Amino acid sequence: MADDRLIIAGREFKSRLWVGTGKYKDFVETQKAIELSGADVVTVAVRRVNITDRSKENLLDYIDPKKYTILPNTAGCYTVEDAVRYSRLARAAGVSDLVKLEVLGDERTLFPDTAGLIEAAKILVKEGFIVLPYTNDDPIVAQKLVDVGCPAVMPLAAPIGSGLGIRNPYNLKIIMEMIKVPIIVDAGVGTASDAAFAMELGADAVLMNTAIAGAQDPLAMAEAMKYAVHAGRLAYKAGRIPRKLYATASSPIEGML
Amino acid sequence: MESAIQIHVNGQARAWRNGTTVADLLHDLDIKAERVAVELNLEILDRATFDQRLLKDGDRLEILGFIGGGSL
Repeated sequence: MADDRLIIAGREFKSRLWVGTGKYKDFVETQKAIELSGADVVTVAVRRVNITDRSKENLLDYIDPKKYTILPNTAGCYTVEDAVRYSRLARAAGVSDLVKLEVLGDERTLFPDTAGLIEAAKILVKEGFIVLPYTNDDPIVAQKLVDVGCPAVMPLAAPIGSGLGIRNPYNLKIIMEMIKVPIIVDAGVGTASDAAFAMELGADAVLMNTAIAGAQDPLAMAEAMKYAVHAGRLAYKAGRIPRKLYATASSPIEGML
Repeated sequence: MESAIQIHVNGQARAWRNGTTVADLLHDLDIKAERVAVELNLEILDRATFDQRLLKDGDRLEILGFIGGGSL
């Protein structure tokens, strides 16, 4: 599997597990969990710097941008204007042209506003951003995102932080078959089997945060996810047996009494 | 305080001495310039210009950086 590299917009990624950095107890735990997960892409949010308490440490003191690909996101943006503004700020903060684009449509579900998402993606692609859009499990929207220049698409498995797992494997499968760019399943994973399932379906990578950070033992779950994504990928490449209604004996009849 | 100017930094009004540049302000706040994005009156500034951008009374400055977050 050494040559099984994920390539997006000419960039090569070693890990097919991408992780978020929110909800951890502290930066030390964040750092350890990421290390154990084996992820080489780490998503971060863009927020106002605390100007009153400068003793607060910086996330990037723990997550070395030389070691990890830092993927800024536009989490919390509900309008095209905000998502574009935060993307530009993220680029100005100096990591790269990459952005995980979120244009949210509703606070309760955190489902994406896909019309706004396509519009924002269009603007940002024109400005030279490498736009990785967080979208619904809708193949038509996924194709439109590719059409406006997104080099990968990130459909959700279930609502962000819900841990419900792969709610619509058939839609995800259609996306994976129809869409000719890498598909990263983003959001909704609850445990290792969900991640393995996403990979077995043919996802190119899985992005998660809460499933690890919110586990009772985040470090153990980080490691579990590493193996789950790897196992799922191997199984996908290996090609599973077809499902059959009746048994097929795996021992020969010959030689029986 | 004739030489003082009022600047809104991340939503908080603060007094600074006249002649302060964006680079001076970041230095005063103990913020590493290479880790942040600065927006002055809604214009995102090029980091290379921080030491030339003089602040004036009433300016609105936003200083942003990266924090932990996956999807909100």
